[in-house]
Amino acid sequence: MKGNPVLLKEMRQRFRTFKTPLIISMYLLITGGLCLSYIYMRWRNMPGYYQPGMSRELFITFSMIQLALIAFVVPGLTSGSISAEREKQTLNVLLVTRLKPLGIVLGKMISSCSFMVIILLATLPLYNIIILYGGFSPGQLAGVFIFYLVTLIAFGSVGMACSAFFKKTGASVVVSYIIVLTIMAGTILLGAFIYEVTRVPGPGSSPTPLISQILQDLNPPMVMLRILGETGMARSLGLPYWGVYTIFYLLLSVLLVWWSARQLRPGGGKGMTWRQ
Amino acid sequence: MISISEMTKRFGRTTALDGMSLEVEKGAVFGLIGPNGAGKTTVMSILATLQLPDGGRATISGRDVTSDIEEVRGLVGYMPDFFGVYDGLKVYEYLDFFASAYHLPEKGRDRLIGGLLELVNLGDKEDFYVDLLSRGMKQRLALARCLVHDPEVLILDEPASGLDPRARAEMKEIIRHLGKMGKTVLISSHILPELGEICDQVAIMENGRVVVSGPVEEVTAAGGGSRVIVVEVAGRAGELALMLEERPHTGLVEADGRQVKFFYRGSREDQGALLKEIIDGGHIVIQYHEVRRNLEEAFMAVTGEVNGK
Ligand SMILES: Nc1ncnc2c1ncn2[C@@H]1O[C@H](COP(=O)(O)OP(=O)(O)OP(=O)(O)O)[C@@H](O)[C@H]1O
Ligand SMILES: [Mg+2]
Repeated sequence: MKGNPVLLKEMRQRFRTFKTPLIISMYLLITGGLCLSYIYMRWRNMPGYYQPGMSRELFITFSMIQLALIAFVVPGLTSGSISAEREKQTLNVLLVTRLKPLGIVLGKMISSCSFMVIILLATLPLYNIIILYGGFSPGQLAGVFIFYLVTLIAFGSVGMACSAFFKKTGASVVVSYIIVLTIMAGTILLGAFIYEVTRVPGPGSSPTPLISQILQDLNPPMVMLRILGETGMARSLGLPYWGVYTIFYLLLSVLLVWWSARQLRPGGGKGMTWRQ
Repeated sequence: MISISEMTKRFGRTTALDGMSLEVEKGAVFGLIGPNGAGKTTVMSILATLQLPDGGRATISGRDVTSDIEEVRGLVGYMPDFFGVYDGLKVYEYLDFFASAYHLPEKGRDRLIGGLLELVNLGDKEDFYVDLLSRGMKQRLALARCLVHDPEVLILDEPASGLDPRARAEMKEIIRHLGKMGKTVLISSHILPELGEICDQVAIMENGRVVVSGPVEEVTAAGGGSRVIVVEVAGRAGELALMLEERPHTGLVEADGRQVKFFYRGSREDQGALLKEIIDGGHIVIQYHEVRRNLEEAFMAVTGEVNGK
């Protein structure tokens, strides 16, 4: 943090107010309350019985809710970070300093995403309670968290790139959410569509086309379900599904961050007109 | 120190800079004047490495503003015409942030920031939130900000706009002080008399070019030989002003009470003949004389000529 002045400054601005800890506490209270009351209800109905299905249901539901939260919150956090400075006319004086554009982008990205990371980490104990009831391994839990991190970075860089590209925050926010929605739902819909179109008519199963397999591996909800032990379409790719997902989204993030930084160089990108 | 040659910059169909050239010597306080849209902000933001020119070259202390961006940024302090400040940051933290953005060592920052705040008369505002400062204070804070890394060159785009007369006088005092400290200052302003007071040299820009530049007195005298003449008559001057506007070689006729002031570009003989005409027209002339032009009138004359009047 010392090495990146933007990060330090943004953290200061963000965590100075009472708002951030308040939101985090509220979130924990609500999710924790829901989980515990669910467990309590189940237990009341059939006291003393071991129900592996129960903790499975709970784990999957809770993980899905958190994934949805990432998809909703993260683009909102980053998609205004640069365009808002442009609108508030603070970007110019930031750009004439000796900060590197990449440092500015990374500082903003990390500080914006940190809020979400904190929320996720804060729910770890809750997961542990669920795990106590069995059905999941700590390895799967670790898998889910790495998956969250990759997804969060990807969505964060989508928002970042939009905010670097568009002059107006409004446009940046809308386009970010459209892209994230495409990733969350569009990939699987398109994959299923291609599968249906190329399927040999008649009974019996036909092989899944490669593109559908890849699209399935790029769809966050599908990938998470697989981490949690559900099975998806048959696949014949050399790489495991999590490999495809991780490599693709990390590569995409690197590319988007690099491209965002390019937008901030003199003469780089249309958003960079000093007139803001 | 600052050297601009044949610089061009286009935005779509508008040409903001059209072969502009300018030299600013080390240690000079240099004023850039020009009507709205002349290209002052454009050239300043190019010097500040915020945008790239389409053609031509500019160097600051020998460093090219398009290729030696890093060095130029270390040399230049830039204050844009419009700027905002961050929410939720205190004055001290604001300057501290920019100090670290210029990679200044943490040791000695306290003293540095204290000194800067003292210089811009914000010594007692260290713990104020920057977004709650008044406009004039924000402007002075911005000036402190662009001094953080002790740049040799200051590029100030209308630093006094939107300030009340007292705040303007303060700003003027600070800039004059910076000049004495040996900084090279390039400053644009609309308030010409003030610019005339603080600048050693000025340049008048019009349509993306420098029309005249040099020491204030020289520029004041420039303008293609048009003179400023004042006539005072007994009675109202409005009618006389109308008549003068019709005559050849006159321009920018202004009537004020019993006085008319106008630019005149004819020969001195014609100037005498014009007086006779006025008298023959039935006016009782109390005074008819040339006045020394100020920067504002030079500006009007020069830019008026370019526009074809
Ligand atoms: N980003 C931009 N996009 C399009 N046109 C621009 C842009 N920046 C400047 N211009 C045009 O370039 C010309 C010069 O503008 P500039 O702001 O440099 O003038 P100025 O001398 O600073 O004017 P003022 O005194 O009003 O501040 C104007 O015609 C302006 O419309
Ligand atoms: Mg301007």
